[in-house]
Amino acid sequence: MTMSEQINKVTELAASQSGVEKCRQDFPCLTQSISGHPLVYLDSAASSQQPLAVIEKVVEYQSHDHANVHRGVHTLSHRATEAYEGARDVIQKFINAENRSEVVYTSGTTESINLVAQSFCRPKMTTGDKILITHLEHHSNIVPWQLVCEQTGAELLVTPIDEAGEVDIDTLFSQLDSGVKILAIAHVSNALGTLIPLKKVIEKAHSLDVPVLVDGAQAVPHIPVDVQELDCDFYALSGHKMFGPTGIGILFGKEKLLDAMPPYQGGGDMILEVSFAGTTYNDLPYKFEAGTPNISGAVGLGAAVNYLQAVGMNAVSTYEHELLQYMSGQLGQVDGVRLIGTAADKASVQSFLLDDIHPHDLGTILDHEGVAIRTGHHCAMPVMDFYGVPGTARASLALYNNRDDIDRLVAALATAKEIFGR
Amino acid sequence: MSAQMQSQEELRDLYRELILDHARSPRHFGKLEGATHSAEGINPLCGDKLRIYFSIDPDGHISDAKFEGSGCAISVASASLLTDTVIGLKTDDALDFFSALVSRLSGRAKTGDHESTVDLGKLVALEGVKEFPSRVKCATLAWHALNSAIHDGSAPVTTE
Repeated sequence: MTMSEQINKVTELAASQSGVEKCRQDFPCLTQSISGHPLVYLDSAASSQQPLAVIEKVVEYQSHDHANVHRGVHTLSHRATEAYEGARDVIQKFINAENRSEVVYTSGTTESINLVAQSFCRPKMTTGDKILITHLEHHSNIVPWQLVCEQTGAELLVTPIDEAGEVDIDTLFSQLDSGVKILAIAHVSNALGTLIPLKKVIEKAHSLDVPVLVDGAQAVPHIPVDVQELDCDFYALSGHKMFGPTGIGILFGKEKLLDAMPPYQGGGDMILEVSFAGTTYNDLPYKFEAGTPNISGAVGLGAAVNYLQAVGMNAVSTYEHELLQYMSGQLGQVDGVRLIGTAADKASVQSFLLDDIHPHDLGTILDHEGVAIRTGHHCAMPVMDFYGVPGTARASLALYNNRDDIDRLVAALATAKEIFGR
Repeated sequence: MSAQMQSQEELRDLYRELILDHARSPRHFGKLEGATHSAEGINPLCGDKLRIYFSIDPDGHISDAKFEGSGCAISVASASLLTDTVIGLKTDDALDFFSALVSRLSGRAKTGDHESTVDLGKLVALEGVKEFPSRVKCATLAWHALNSAIHDGSAPVTTE
Protein backbone atom coordinates (compact mmCIF):
# COMPACT_ATOMS: atom_id res chain seq x y z
CA MET A 1 0.00 0.00 0.00
CA THR A 2 1.41 3.43 -0.93
CA MET A 3 1.51 6.26 1.57
CA SER A 4 -1.38 8.10 -0.09
CA GLU A 5 -3.46 4.89 -0.09
CA GLN A 6 -2.72 4.48 3.60
CA ILE A 7 -3.77 8.06 4.30
CA ASN A 8 -6.96 7.51 2.32
CA LYS A 9 -7.73 4.39 4.29
CA VAL A 10 -7.19 6.12 7.63
CA THR A 11 -9.38 9.04 6.53
CA GLU A 12 -12.09 6.65 5.40
CA LEU A 13 -11.97 4.89 8.73
CA ALA A 14 -12.19 8.14 10.66
CA ALA A 15 -15.14 9.20 8.53
CA SER A 16 -16.95 5.93 9.07
CA GLN A 17 -16.25 6.05 12.81
CA SER A 18 -17.79 9.47 13.14
CA GLY A 19 -20.71 7.93 11.25
CA VAL A 20 -21.05 5.31 13.96
CA GLU A 21 -21.05 8.00 16.64
CA LYS A 22 -24.07 9.60 14.99
CA CYS A 23 -26.04 6.33 15.18
CA ARG A 24 -27.24 7.04 18.70
CA GLN A 25 -29.81 9.57 17.50
CA ASP A 26 -31.46 6.89 15.33
CA PHE A 27 -32.65 5.01 18.44
CA PRO A 28 -35.72 6.67 20.00
CA CYS A 29 -35.66 4.47 23.11
CA LEU A 30 -32.32 5.96 24.14
CA THR A 31 -33.66 9.51 24.42
CA GLN A 32 -35.43 9.07 27.74
CA SER A 33 -34.65 9.53 31.42
CA ILE A 34 -34.70 6.88 34.13
CA SER A 35 -34.96 8.11 37.73
CA GLY A 36 -34.23 11.61 36.49
CA HIS A 37 -31.01 10.60 34.67
CA PRO A 38 -30.58 10.28 30.89
CA LEU A 39 -30.70 6.55 30.10
CA VAL A 40 -27.38 4.76 29.63
CA TYR A 41 -28.20 1.43 27.99
CA LEU A 42 -25.44 -1.14 28.50
CA ASP A 43 -27.52 -4.30 28.14
CA SER A 44 -27.49 -4.91 24.39
CA ALA A 45 -26.14 -8.45 24.83
CA ALA A 46 -29.51 -9.27 26.41
CA SER A 47 -31.49 -7.36 23.80
CA SER A 48 -30.59 -4.40 21.65
CA GLN A 49 -32.73 -1.32 21.00
CA GLN A 50 -34.27 -0.72 17.59
CA PRO A 51 -33.51 2.16 15.22
CA LEU A 52 -36.39 4.20 13.86
CA ALA A 53 -35.76 2.60 10.44
CA VAL A 54 -36.77 -0.79 11.86
CA ILE A 55 -39.72 0.51 13.88
CA GLU A 56 -41.09 2.44 10.88
CA LYS A 57 -40.59 -0.47 8.49
CA VAL A 58 -42.62 -2.75 10.75
CA VAL A 59 -45.35 -0.09 11.15
CA GLU A 60 -45.45 0.40 7.38
CA TYR A 61 -45.73 -3.34 6.78
CA GLN A 62 -48.46 -3.78 9.40
CA SER A 63 -50.30 -0.65 8.21
CA HIS A 64 -50.33 -1.36 4.47
CA ASP A 65 -48.98 -4.73 3.37
CA HIS A 66 -49.98 -7.43 5.81
CA ALA A 67 -51.55 -10.69 4.67
CA ASN A 68 -50.47 -14.32 4.83
CA VAL A 69 -47.46 -15.27 2.74
CA HIS A 70 -47.17 -17.83 -0.11
CA ARG A 71 -50.93 -18.38 -0.17
CA GLY A 72 -53.27 -15.81 -1.66
CA VAL A 73 -53.49 -14.46 -5.19
CA HIS A 74 -54.55 -11.05 -3.94
CA THR A 75 -52.38 -7.94 -3.86
CA LEU A 76 -51.70 -7.86 -0.14
CA SER A 77 -50.59 -11.47 -0.03
CA HIS A 78 -48.25 -10.70 -2.90
CA ARG A 79 -46.83 -7.66 -1.09
CA ALA A 80 -46.40 -9.60 2.17
CA THR A 81 -44.59 -12.39 0.35
CA GLU A 82 -42.33 -9.89 -1.41
CA ALA A 83 -41.45 -8.22 1.90
CA TYR A 84 -40.85 -11.54 3.67
CA GLU A 85 -38.75 -13.06 0.89
CA GLY A 86 -36.99 -9.76 0.17
CA ALA A 87 -35.77 -9.71 3.78
CA ARG A 88 -34.40 -13.23 3.30
CA ASP A 89 -32.35 -12.01 0.34
CA VAL A 90 -30.99 -9.11 2.40
CA ILE A 91 -29.96 -11.47 5.20
CA GLN A 92 -28.42 -13.94 2.75
CA LYS A 93 -26.15 -11.22 1.36
CA PHE A 94 -25.33 -9.92 4.85
CA ILE A 95 -23.92 -13.24 6.07
CA ASN A 96 -22.76 -14.15 2.54
CA ALA A 97 -24.65 -17.43 2.26
CA GLU A 98 -24.18 -18.95 -1.19
CA ASN A 99 -27.86 -19.62 -1.71
CA ARG A 100 -31.10 -18.16 -0.33
CA SER A 101 -32.37 -21.70 0.31
CA GLU A 102 -29.74 -21.93 3.05
CA VAL A 103 -31.39 -19.13 5.06
CA VAL A 104 -34.16 -20.53 7.29
CA TYR A 105 -36.32 -18.26 9.40
CA THR A 106 -36.70 -19.40 13.01
CA SER A 107 -37.90 -17.75 16.21
CA GLY A 108 -34.29 -17.10 17.22
CA THR A 109 -30.95 -18.68 18.03
CA THR A 110 -32.51 -21.08 20.53
CA GLU A 111 -34.88 -22.54 17.98
CA SER A 112 -32.15 -22.64 15.35
CA ILE A 113 -29.94 -24.78 17.62
CA ASN A 114 -32.83 -27.03 18.67
CA LEU A 115 -33.67 -27.54 15.00
CA VAL A 116 -30.15 -28.77 14.24
CA ALA A 117 -30.03 -30.88 17.40
CA GLN A 118 -33.29 -32.64 16.58
CA SER A 119 -33.26 -32.82 12.77
CA PHE A 120 -29.57 -33.11 11.96
CA CYS A 121 -28.09 -34.79 15.01
CA ARG A 122 -30.70 -36.93 16.71
CA PRO A 123 -31.54 -39.22 13.77
CA LYS A 124 -27.93 -40.27 13.28
CA MET A 125 -26.79 -40.47 16.90
CA THR A 126 -26.50 -43.67 18.87
CA THR A 127 -25.15 -44.85 22.22
CA GLY A 128 -21.51 -43.92 22.65
CA ASP A 129 -21.49 -41.13 20.03
CA LYS A 130 -20.13 -37.82 21.22
CA ILE A 131 -21.26 -34.20 21.00
CA LEU A 132 -18.66 -31.51 21.75
CA ILE A 133 -19.41 -28.08 23.25
CA THR A 134 -17.28 -25.66 25.32
CA HIS A 135 -17.49 -24.48 28.91
CA LEU A 136 -18.50 -20.93 27.92
CA GLU A 137 -21.70 -21.78 26.03
CA HIS A 138 -25.05 -20.12 26.72
CA HIS A 139 -27.68 -22.54 28.09
CA SER A 140 -29.29 -22.56 24.64
CA ASN A 141 -26.14 -24.20 23.27
CA ILE A 142 -25.99 -26.73 26.13
CA VAL A 143 -29.50 -27.95 26.90
CA PRO A 144 -30.57 -28.89 23.31
CA TRP A 145 -27.52 -31.21 23.17
CA GLN A 146 -28.27 -32.68 26.60
CA LEU A 147 -31.74 -33.52 25.27
CA VAL A 148 -30.22 -35.34 22.28
CA CYS A 149 -27.91 -37.22 24.66
CA GLU A 150 -30.89 -38.30 26.77
CA GLN A 151 -32.79 -39.35 23.65
CA THR A 152 -29.96 -41.30 22.00
CA GLY A 153 -27.49 -42.34 24.69
CA ALA A 154 -24.84 -40.05 23.22
CA GLU A 155 -22.25 -38.41 25.46
CA LEU A 156 -21.66 -34.66 25.90
CA LEU A 157 -18.01 -33.56 25.96
CA VAL A 158 -17.06 -30.09 27.22
CA THR A 159 -13.87 -28.22 26.31
CA PRO A 160 -12.48 -26.33 29.32
CA ILE A 161 -11.74 -22.59 29.55
CA ASP A 162 -8.94 -20.84 31.39
CA GLU A 163 -9.03 -18.02 33.96
CA ALA A 164 -9.08 -15.36 31.21
CA GLY A 165 -12.12 -17.01 29.63
CA GLU A 166 -10.25 -18.42 26.63
CA VAL A 167 -11.25 -21.81 25.26
CA ASP A 168 -8.43 -24.38 25.55
CA ILE A 169 -7.89 -24.92 21.83
CA ASP A 170 -5.34 -27.76 22.24
CA THR A 171 -7.81 -29.76 24.30
CA LEU A 172 -10.59 -28.90 21.85
CA PHE A 173 -8.49 -30.29 18.98
CA SER A 174 -7.73 -33.53 20.82
CA GLN A 175 -11.39 -33.93 21.82
CA LEU A 176 -12.42 -33.41 18.17
CA ASP A 177 -10.29 -36.43 17.33
CA SER A 178 -12.18 -38.76 19.67
CA GLY A 179 -15.17 -39.69 17.52
CA VAL A 180 -17.18 -36.47 17.87
CA LYS A 181 -20.31 -36.25 15.67
CA ILE A 182 -20.82 -32.47 15.95
CA LEU A 183 -19.08 -29.46 17.47
CA ALA A 184 -21.43 -26.73 18.73
CA ILE A 185 -19.58 -23.56 19.70
CA ALA A 186 -20.21 -19.87 20.33
CA HIS A 187 -18.68 -17.25 18.06
CA VAL A 188 -18.66 -14.72 20.93
CA SER A 189 -19.34 -15.66 24.57
CA ASN A 190 -22.40 -13.83 25.95
CA ALA A 191 -21.10 -13.85 29.53
CA LEU A 192 -17.40 -13.15 28.94
CA GLY A 193 -17.15 -11.58 25.49
CA THR A 194 -14.48 -14.06 24.38
CA LEU A 195 -14.12 -14.16 20.58
CA ILE A 196 -13.43 -17.73 19.43
CA PRO A 197 -10.82 -18.22 16.66
CA LEU A 198 -13.44 -19.99 14.59
CA LYS A 199 -11.62 -20.30 11.31
CA LYS A 200 -8.87 -22.54 12.62
CA VAL A 201 -11.32 -24.47 14.83
CA ILE A 202 -13.58 -25.19 11.86
CA GLU A 203 -10.63 -26.14 9.63
CA LYS A 204 -9.46 -28.64 12.22
CA ALA A 205 -12.98 -30.03 12.74
CA HIS A 206 -13.48 -30.49 9.02
CA SER A 207 -10.13 -32.24 8.66
CA LEU A 208 -11.65 -34.84 11.01
CA ASP A 209 -15.06 -34.78 9.25
CA VAL A 210 -16.77 -33.13 12.22
CA PRO A 211 -19.54 -30.70 11.25
CA VAL A 212 -19.69 -27.40 13.16
CA LEU A 213 -22.65 -25.38 14.42
CA VAL A 214 -21.86 -21.80 15.44
CA ASP A 215 -23.98 -19.87 17.96
CA GLY A 216 -23.56 -16.44 16.43
CA ALA A 217 -26.11 -14.51 18.50
CA GLN A 218 -23.48 -12.29 20.15
CA ALA A 219 -21.25 -11.92 17.10
CA VAL A 220 -23.46 -10.73 14.25
CA PRO A 221 -24.25 -7.24 15.65
CA HIS A 222 -20.58 -6.52 16.38
CA ILE A 223 -18.24 -8.06 13.77
CA PRO A 224 -18.46 -8.90 10.06
CA VAL A 225 -19.67 -12.49 9.58
CA ASP A 226 -19.12 -14.42 6.35
CA VAL A 227 -20.42 -17.99 6.57
CA GLN A 228 -18.61 -19.06 3.40
CA GLU A 229 -15.28 -17.73 4.62
CA LEU A 230 -15.81 -19.42 8.01
CA ASP A 231 -16.98 -22.55 6.18
CA CYS A 232 -19.27 -23.36 9.14
CA ASP A 233 -21.97 -25.97 8.53
CA PHE A 234 -24.64 -24.17 10.58
CA TYR A 235 -24.81 -20.62 11.93
CA ALA A 236 -27.56 -19.48 14.32
CA LEU A 237 -28.53 -15.88 15.07
CA SER A 238 -31.27 -13.80 16.72
CA GLY A 239 -32.96 -10.66 15.37
CA HIS A 240 -33.37 -8.90 18.70
CA LYS A 241 -29.64 -8.88 19.45
CA MET A 242 -28.96 -7.04 16.17
CA PHE A 243 -31.47 -4.17 16.34
CA GLY A 244 -34.38 -6.22 14.96
CA PRO A 245 -37.58 -7.46 16.63
CA THR A 246 -37.86 -10.33 19.12
CA GLY A 247 -39.23 -13.70 18.02
CA ILE A 248 -37.31 -13.83 14.74
CA GLY A 249 -33.96 -15.38 13.96
CA ILE A 250 -32.06 -17.32 11.34
CA LEU A 251 -30.58 -20.72 10.89
CA PHE A 252 -27.99 -20.78 8.12
CA GLY A 253 -27.21 -24.33 7.01
CA LYS A 254 -25.23 -25.70 4.10
CA GLU A 255 -27.70 -26.77 1.45
CA LYS A 256 -26.55 -30.38 1.17
CA LEU A 257 -26.95 -30.83 4.94
CA LEU A 258 -30.36 -29.12 5.18
CA ASP A 259 -31.53 -31.12 2.16
CA ALA A 260 -30.76 -34.44 3.83
CA MET A 261 -32.45 -33.51 7.11
CA PRO A 262 -36.05 -34.43 7.98
CA PRO A 263 -38.43 -31.54 8.80
CA TYR A 264 -38.34 -30.16 12.35
CA GLN A 265 -42.06 -29.42 12.56
CA GLY A 266 -45.01 -30.40 10.40
CA GLY A 267 -47.74 -28.07 9.19
CA GLY A 268 -48.76 -25.68 6.45
CA ASP A 269 -46.18 -24.13 4.10
CA MET A 270 -43.63 -26.93 4.59
CA ILE A 271 -45.43 -29.32 2.21
CA LEU A 272 -45.83 -29.77 -1.51
CA GLU A 273 -48.63 -32.32 -1.40
CA VAL A 274 -50.56 -33.88 1.46
CA SER A 275 -52.75 -36.97 1.39
CA PHE A 276 -53.56 -39.49 4.08
CA ALA A 277 -51.25 -41.92 2.31
CA GLY A 278 -48.30 -39.58 2.78
CA THR A 279 -46.86 -36.11 2.36
CA THR A 280 -44.26 -34.64 0.05
CA TYR A 281 -42.19 -31.96 1.75
CA ASN A 282 -41.58 -28.55 0.28
CA ASP A 283 -38.20 -27.39 -1.02
CA LEU A 284 -35.63 -25.57 1.08
CA PRO A 285 -35.88 -23.38 3.05
CA TYR A 286 -39.68 -23.84 3.36
CA LYS A 287 -39.32 -27.45 4.54
CA PHE A 288 -38.25 -25.95 7.89
CA GLU A 289 -40.84 -23.16 8.04
CA ALA A 290 -44.05 -24.88 9.09
CA GLY A 291 -47.07 -22.69 9.80
CA THR A 292 -47.66 -18.98 9.24
CA PRO A 293 -44.30 -17.38 10.05
CA ASN A 294 -43.39 -14.23 11.96
CA ILE A 295 -43.73 -12.07 8.85
CA SER A 296 -43.41 -8.64 10.46
CA GLY A 297 -40.45 -9.94 12.47
CA ALA A 298 -38.71 -10.98 9.26
CA VAL A 299 -39.47 -7.62 7.67
CA GLY A 300 -38.06 -5.86 10.74
CA LEU A 301 -34.96 -8.04 10.72
CA GLY A 302 -34.41 -7.21 7.06
CA ALA A 303 -34.62 -3.50 7.94
CA ALA A 304 -32.15 -4.00 10.80
CA VAL A 305 -29.67 -5.68 8.45
CA ASN A 306 -30.07 -2.83 5.96
CA TYR A 307 -29.32 -0.42 8.80
CA LEU A 308 -26.19 -2.33 9.87
CA GLN A 309 -24.98 -2.51 6.27
CA ALA A 310 -25.47 1.21 5.79
CA VAL A 311 -23.27 1.88 8.83
CA GLY A 312 -20.84 -0.82 7.71
CA MET A 313 -19.77 -3.79 9.83
CA ASN A 314 -16.08 -2.95 9.58
CA ALA A 315 -16.76 0.52 10.96
CA VAL A 316 -18.97 -0.95 13.72
CA SER A 317 -16.32 -3.48 14.65
CA THR A 318 -13.50 -0.91 14.78
CA TYR A 319 -15.59 1.58 16.79
CA GLU A 320 -16.80 -1.01 19.31
CA HIS A 321 -13.36 -2.56 19.72
CA GLU A 322 -11.91 0.77 20.81
CA LEU A 323 -14.91 1.43 23.08
CA LEU A 324 -14.65 -2.00 24.74
CA GLN A 325 -10.98 -1.40 25.46
CA TYR A 326 -11.88 1.93 27.03
CA MET A 327 -14.64 0.31 29.13
CA SER A 328 -12.48 -2.58 30.36
CA GLY A 329 -9.66 -0.14 31.12
CA GLN A 330 -11.90 2.28 33.05
CA LEU A 331 -13.63 -0.49 35.00
CA GLY A 332 -10.29 -2.12 35.78
CA GLN A 333 -9.10 1.11 37.40
CA VAL A 334 -12.00 1.24 39.88
CA ASP A 335 -10.84 0.17 43.32
CA GLY A 336 -12.50 -3.14 44.21
CA VAL A 337 -13.50 -4.15 40.67
CA ARG A 338 -12.70 -7.69 39.57
CA LEU A 339 -12.94 -8.12 35.81
CA ILE A 340 -14.38 -11.48 34.73
CA GLY A 341 -13.45 -12.40 31.16
CA THR A 342 -10.12 -10.94 30.06
CA ALA A 343 -9.44 -12.85 26.83
CA ALA A 344 -7.12 -11.24 24.31
CA ASP A 345 -9.78 -11.16 21.59
CA LYS A 346 -13.18 -9.99 22.75
CA ALA A 347 -16.32 -8.28 21.52
CA SER A 348 -18.90 -6.06 23.22
CA VAL A 349 -19.03 -7.57 26.71
CA GLN A 350 -17.34 -6.92 30.05
CA SER A 351 -18.45 -8.86 33.13
CA PHE A 352 -17.27 -7.71 36.54
CA LEU A 353 -17.80 -7.75 40.30
CA LEU A 354 -17.48 -4.81 42.70
CA ASP A 355 -16.12 -5.58 46.18
CA ASP A 356 -18.45 -8.10 47.83
CA ILE A 357 -21.58 -6.32 46.58
CA HIS A 358 -24.01 -8.83 45.10
CA PRO A 359 -24.59 -8.17 41.38
CA HIS A 360 -28.33 -7.69 41.95
CA ASP A 361 -27.77 -4.97 44.50
CA LEU A 362 -25.35 -3.34 42.09
CA GLY A 363 -27.91 -3.60 39.27
CA THR A 364 -30.61 -1.92 41.37
CA ILE A 365 -28.32 0.96 42.41
CA LEU A 366 -27.06 1.49 38.85
CA ASP A 367 -30.63 1.50 37.57
CA HIS A 368 -31.39 4.36 39.95
CA GLU A 369 -28.50 6.23 38.37
CA GLY A 370 -30.08 5.64 34.95
CA VAL A 371 -27.55 2.95 33.98
CA ALA A 372 -29.03 -0.32 32.66
CA ILE A 373 -26.78 -3.37 32.94
CA ARG A 374 -27.48 -7.09 33.22
CA THR A 375 -26.87 -8.89 36.49
CA GLY A 376 -27.02 -12.59 37.26
CA HIS A 377 -25.74 -15.73 35.59
CA HIS A 378 -26.46 -14.62 32.00
CA CYS A 379 -27.88 -18.07 31.13
CA ALA A 380 -24.36 -19.42 31.50
CA MET A 381 -24.39 -21.10 34.93
CA PRO A 382 -21.36 -23.33 34.14
CA VAL A 383 -19.31 -20.17 33.50
CA MET A 384 -20.37 -18.75 36.89
CA ASP A 385 -19.47 -22.06 38.56
CA PHE A 386 -16.05 -21.92 36.89
CA TYR A 387 -15.32 -18.54 38.47
CA GLY A 388 -16.97 -19.55 41.75
CA VAL A 389 -19.46 -16.66 41.69
CA PRO A 390 -23.28 -16.66 41.87
CA GLY A 391 -23.41 -14.16 39.03
CA THR A 392 -21.74 -11.07 37.65
CA ALA A 393 -22.60 -7.56 36.59
CA ARG A 394 -22.30 -7.34 32.82
CA ALA A 395 -22.00 -4.19 30.74
CA SER A 396 -22.43 -4.81 27.02
CA LEU A 397 -21.95 -2.39 24.16
CA ALA A 398 -23.60 -1.71 20.85
CA LEU A 399 -22.90 0.79 18.11
CA TYR A 400 -25.01 3.46 19.87
CA ASN A 401 -22.86 3.58 23.02
CA ASN A 402 -20.07 6.08 23.60
CA ARG A 403 -17.42 7.04 26.16
CA ASP A 404 -19.90 9.18 28.11
CA ASP A 405 -21.94 6.02 28.79
CA ILE A 406 -18.90 4.32 30.26
CA ASP A 407 -18.00 7.36 32.37
CA ARG A 408 -21.57 7.32 33.74
CA LEU A 409 -21.23 3.61 34.56
CA VAL A 410 -18.00 4.21 36.45
CA ALA A 411 -19.52 7.18 38.32
CA ALA A 412 -22.52 5.04 39.31
CA LEU A 413 -20.17 2.43 40.79
CA ALA A 414 -18.96 5.11 43.19
CA THR A 415 -22.56 5.57 44.40
CA ALA A 416 -22.82 1.83 45.00
CA LYS A 417 -19.60 1.84 46.99
CA GLU A 418 -20.87 4.74 49.07
CA ILE A 419 -24.20 3.06 49.87
CA PHE A 420 -22.47 -0.15 50.86
CA GLY A 421 -19.87 1.77 52.84
CA ARG A 422 -16.96 0.41 50.84
CA MET B 1 -38.88 16.89 44.71
CA SER B 2 -36.88 16.12 41.59
CA ALA B 3 -36.96 12.63 40.10
CA GLN B 4 -33.28 12.21 40.95
CA MET B 5 -33.78 13.13 44.60
CA GLN B 6 -36.82 10.90 44.92
CA SER B 7 -34.87 8.06 43.37
CA GLN B 8 -32.00 8.61 45.83
CA GLU B 9 -34.41 8.55 48.76
CA GLU B 10 -35.93 5.29 47.55
CA LEU B 11 -32.47 3.76 47.30
CA ARG B 12 -31.55 4.85 50.83
CA ASP B 13 -34.90 3.51 52.00
CA LEU B 14 -34.15 0.13 50.41
CA TYR B 15 -30.60 -0.12 51.71
CA ARG B 16 -31.30 1.08 55.27
CA GLU B 17 -28.55 0.67 57.82
CA LEU B 18 -30.40 -2.21 59.50
CA ILE B 19 -30.62 -4.10 56.19
CA LEU B 20 -26.95 -3.51 55.37
CA ASP B 21 -25.98 -4.56 58.89
CA HIS B 22 -27.85 -7.87 58.62
CA ALA B 23 -26.49 -8.45 55.10
CA ARG B 24 -22.91 -7.88 56.26
CA SER B 25 -23.24 -9.83 59.51
CA PRO B 26 -26.10 -12.27 59.15
CA ARG B 27 -27.46 -13.57 62.49
CA HIS B 28 -27.93 -17.29 63.11
CA PHE B 29 -25.93 -18.16 60.01
CA GLY B 30 -24.97 -21.78 59.42
CA LYS B 31 -26.43 -25.24 59.55
CA LEU B 32 -28.67 -26.13 62.52
CA GLU B 33 -27.73 -29.58 63.76
CA GLY B 34 -30.72 -31.57 64.95
CA ALA B 35 -33.23 -29.38 63.11
CA THR B 36 -36.75 -30.81 63.01
CA HIS B 37 -37.84 -28.79 59.96
CA SER B 38 -36.02 -27.24 57.03
CA ALA B 39 -36.70 -25.98 53.52
CA GLU B 40 -34.79 -24.53 50.61
CA GLY B 41 -35.60 -21.31 48.78
CA ILE B 42 -34.09 -20.90 45.32
CA ASN B 43 -34.50 -18.09 42.79
CA PRO B 44 -32.61 -19.59 39.88
CA LEU B 45 -32.72 -16.49 37.68
CA CYS B 46 -31.31 -14.34 40.50
CA GLY B 47 -28.94 -16.95 41.86
CA ASP B 48 -30.30 -16.60 45.40
CA LYS B 49 -30.14 -19.91 47.26
CA LEU B 50 -30.99 -20.23 50.96
CA ARG B 51 -31.74 -23.13 53.29
CA ILE B 52 -33.60 -22.42 56.51
CA TYR B 53 -33.58 -24.76 59.52
CA PHE B 54 -35.92 -24.84 62.53
CA SER B 55 -36.13 -26.77 65.75
CA ILE B 56 -39.81 -26.93 66.56
CA ASP B 57 -40.93 -28.30 69.95
CA PRO B 58 -43.82 -30.75 70.13
CA ASP B 59 -45.98 -27.91 71.53
CA GLY B 60 -45.38 -25.87 68.36
CA HIS B 61 -42.78 -23.40 69.65
CA ILE B 62 -39.80 -22.57 67.45
CA SER B 63 -36.88 -23.10 69.81
CA ASP B 64 -34.13 -22.35 67.29
CA ALA B 65 -33.64 -21.20 63.70
CA LYS B 66 -30.63 -20.87 61.42
CA PHE B 67 -29.98 -20.38 57.74
CA GLU B 68 -27.21 -20.85 55.22
CA GLY B 69 -26.68 -20.04 51.57
CA SER B 70 -25.94 -17.00 49.45
CA GLY B 71 -27.86 -14.20 47.87
CA CYS B 72 -28.15 -10.46 47.46
CA ALA B 73 -28.15 -8.07 50.43
CA ILE B 74 -31.96 -7.99 50.54
CA SER B 75 -32.48 -11.77 50.56
CA VAL B 76 -29.73 -12.40 53.13
CA ALA B 77 -30.88 -9.56 55.40
CA SER B 78 -34.45 -10.80 55.18
CA ALA B 79 -33.41 -14.34 56.16
CA SER B 80 -31.32 -13.00 59.03
CA LEU B 81 -34.21 -10.84 60.30
CA LEU B 82 -36.49 -13.86 59.95
CA THR B 83 -34.39 -15.99 62.28
CA ASP B 84 -34.15 -13.11 64.78
CA THR B 85 -37.92 -12.68 64.66
CA VAL B 86 -39.29 -16.21 64.85
CA ILE B 87 -37.12 -17.82 67.56
CA GLY B 88 -39.44 -18.27 70.54
CA LEU B 89 -42.62 -17.82 68.54
CA LYS B 90 -45.36 -20.39 68.01
CA THR B 91 -45.45 -21.57 64.39
CA ASP B 92 -48.89 -19.97 63.91
CA ASP B 93 -47.49 -16.59 64.92
CA ALA B 94 -44.49 -17.07 62.62
CA LEU B 95 -46.89 -17.83 59.76
CA ASP B 96 -48.77 -14.62 60.64
CA PHE B 97 -45.56 -12.68 60.04
CA PHE B 98 -45.09 -14.56 56.75
CA SER B 99 -48.50 -13.67 55.35
CA ALA B 100 -48.40 -10.11 56.68
CA LEU B 101 -44.97 -9.42 55.23
CA VAL B 102 -45.71 -10.98 51.84
CA SER B 103 -49.01 -9.16 51.40
CA ARG B 104 -47.58 -5.81 52.54
CA LEU B 105 -44.41 -5.94 50.46
CA SER B 106 -46.33 -6.95 47.36
CA GLY B 107 -48.86 -4.17 47.96
CA ARG B 108 -51.78 -6.58 48.27
CA ALA B 109 -52.63 -5.78 51.90
CA LYS B 110 -55.80 -3.71 52.35
CA THR B 111 -56.57 -1.43 55.28
CA GLY B 112 -58.48 -3.41 57.87
CA ASP B 113 -57.11 -6.78 56.72
CA HIS B 114 -55.65 -9.00 59.40
CA GLU B 115 -52.33 -8.77 57.50
CA SER B 116 -52.25 -5.00 57.72
CA THR B 117 -52.75 -5.00 61.51
CA VAL B 118 -49.80 -7.30 62.36
CA ASP B 119 -47.02 -5.34 64.09
CA LEU B 120 -43.98 -6.12 61.92
CA GLY B 121 -41.49 -4.80 64.48
CA LYS B 122 -38.06 -4.40 62.93
CA LEU B 123 -39.24 -6.20 59.79
CA VAL B 124 -40.61 -2.82 58.68
CA ALA B 125 -37.02 -2.21 57.54
CA LEU B 126 -37.87 -4.45 54.60
CA GLU B 127 -40.69 -2.18 53.46
CA GLY B 128 -38.27 -0.20 51.27
CA VAL B 129 -38.59 -2.94 48.63
CA LYS B 130 -42.17 -1.88 47.89
CA GLU B 131 -40.76 0.72 45.47
CA PHE B 132 -38.67 -1.98 43.75
CA PRO B 133 -41.09 -4.54 42.29
CA SER B 134 -38.24 -6.65 40.87
CA ARG B 135 -36.73 -7.04 44.37
CA VAL B 136 -39.85 -8.10 46.31
CA LYS B 137 -39.02 -11.70 45.42
CA CYS B 138 -35.64 -11.30 47.14
CA ALA B 139 -37.20 -10.04 50.37
CA THR B 140 -39.85 -12.77 50.52
CA LEU B 141 -37.74 -15.82 49.55
CA ALA B 142 -36.74 -16.82 53.10
CA TRP B 143 -40.31 -16.34 54.28
CA HIS B 144 -41.73 -18.66 51.65
CA ALA B 145 -39.11 -21.19 52.74
CA LEU B 146 -40.33 -20.78 56.34
CA ASN B 147 -43.90 -21.44 55.22
CA SER B 148 -42.75 -24.54 53.37
CA ALA B 149 -40.63 -25.83 56.27
CA ILE B 150 -43.46 -25.48 58.79
CA HIS B 151 -45.77 -27.34 56.40
CA ASP B 152 -43.12 -30.02 55.85
CA GLY B 153 -42.67 -29.11 52.18
CA SER B 154 -39.90 -31.08 50.54
CA ALA B 155 -39.60 -29.32 47.18
CA PRO B 156 -37.54 -26.10 47.08
CA VAL B 157 -39.67 -22.95 46.96
CA THR B 158 -39.15 -20.07 44.59
CA THR B 159 -40.53 -16.54 44.40
CA GLU B 160 -39.62 -15.87 40.78
